[in-house]
Amino acid sequence: MYQFNYVKAKSLKEAGELLAAHPDAKLLAGGMTLLPTLKARLAQPTHLIDIGSLAGIKKITLKTKKLVIGAAVSHHAVAVSDEVKKAIPALARLAGLIGDPQVRNRGTLGGSVANNDPAADYPAAVLALNAKVVTARRRIKADDYFQGMFATALEPGEIVKSIEFPLPLRAAYAKFAHPASGYAMAGVFVAQVGKHVRVAVTGAGAGVFRWSAAEKALRKNMSPAALDKLTVDATDLNEDMHASREYRANLVKVMAQRAVAQLAGQ
Amino acid sequence: MTTVKINVNGKRHVHEVEDRTLLVNFLRDTLGLTGTHIGCDTSQCGACTVNVNGRAVKSCTMLAVQAQGAKVLTIEAMARKGKLHPIQQAFTECHGLQCGFCTPGMIMATAGLLEDNPDPSDDEIIHGLEGNLCRCTGYVNIVRAVKRAAELQRGAQ
Ligand SMILES: Cc1cc2nc3c(=O)[nH]c(=O)nc-3n(C[C@H](O)[C@H](O)[C@H](O)COP(=O)(O)OP(=O)(O)OC[C@H]3O[C@@H](n4cnc5c(N)ncnc54)[C@H](O)[C@@H]3O)c2cc1C
Ligand code: FES
Ligand code: FES
Repeated sequence: MYQFNYVKAKSLKEAGELLAAHPDAKLLAGGMTLLPTLKARLAQPTHLIDIGSLAGIKKITLKTKKLVIGAAVSHHAVAVSDEVKKAIPALARLAGLIGDPQVRNRGTLGGSVANNDPAADYPAAVLALNAKVVTARRRIKADDYFQGMFATALEPGEIVKSIEFPLPLRAAYAKFAHPASGYAMAGVFVAQVGKHVRVAVTGAGAGVFRWSAAEKALRKNMSPAALDKLTVDATDLNEDMHASREYRANLVKVMAQRAVAQLAGQ
Repeated sequence: MTTVKINVNGKRHVHEVEDRTLLVNFLRDTLGLTGTHIGCDTSQCGACTVNVNGRAVKSCTMLAVQAQGAKVLTIEAMARKGKLHPIQQAFTECHGLQCGFCTPGMIMATAGLLEDNPDPSDDEIIHGLEGNLCRCTGYVNIVRAVKRAAELQRGAQ
């Protein structure tokens, strides 16, 4: 690792001021993505501003119409939260599928959503549930927030405070995990929010995306069979040593059908 | 440089460290607690697992300065007065190790797993130890050892 100065922020306001004062500073939350990056010398921030233990962004709050999860809430805390299990059980389940127990004990929702790894799990939930990313400056709709591989609508110095999830009628997530890393080779989150059905796909493309043909089919008939005749266009999907584009395209469909199958009885 | 105050295995330590010092290097190099191993550069193997404030973490993916004020437990804290911890006892009985390189991490991860789930099924053990790699055993005896450790900890004989 290159040298840097570590600063533990006392408030979000202070973190914002530090980011403004030091253009090459970086926020540190759980460090499960950032520290491996620094160990590989792939980044050289001058300062690390630790917001991982700020109590104000470590809360889970269930309101009448939405579930609000602070940016610094760990994956473990989401996975075991009674509020999350009650309001959006699929989200608790998804959090429990991330990486491994040690990673879940440190990694945070805000870090995952800010990083927007194309194979990360949370972006699929945020997009399918039509959630809002709340920053110190504004609230960003999920459809506007995710902008492809590691790219988001966040501006320099903008800090994610929380994510607001509208409560769905029902929702489910199915993931085909990479056997070594645990990241999604394809993960599909299906949510019914009001009359709308939203299907978000992670792991397969350059970034999380909605599968609109599946959404249309499921609005008419919420059953795995409704997807039988659909195919996913493989052209823009990822191809690597683990799977070809075509294989991933098929995985997306299979994961979507598994997610829909989970919805039965909810 | 930052002065860190960390309680490790019940003992308070105060040391000046470079901000970039990883917790695992602090434990091994500064405190001489070399039971915690480093098996990879990629946060994947779990050999470095220790307990920080009650949760299992990979000490190679945490800065020593992030553990400011924390309570840390390492493998060195498991055996007491020459008597093996039940998890260590079970790994010995069930031949849950061969070369032993992964074992300190396996034991600390098992402690975390059994804290959350005192009676895990085989499947829950396999998922609970997902963050720990072993190059020798093929995991079969590790799963057995964790089951036995759970029994011992629940007081069954
Ligand atoms: C072995 C391993 C396996 C993993 N497997 C999976 C997996 O299966 N699925 C998955 O989804 N993820 C996986 N991860 C990644 C993990 O979920 C990370 O925790 C997560 O991607 C980043 O969260 P963090 O809190 O650790 O962020 P950090 O590493 O602290 O930060 C990541 C980035 O986000 C920025 N940031 C952090 N917080 C904020 C904020 N509030 N506002 C703005 N920017 C912020 C940081 O500056 C940094 O650029 C894995 C990681 C490891 C090491
Ligand atoms: S040394 Fe920490 S995970 Fe491998
Ligand atoms: S016993 Fe050798 S690596 Fe596990």
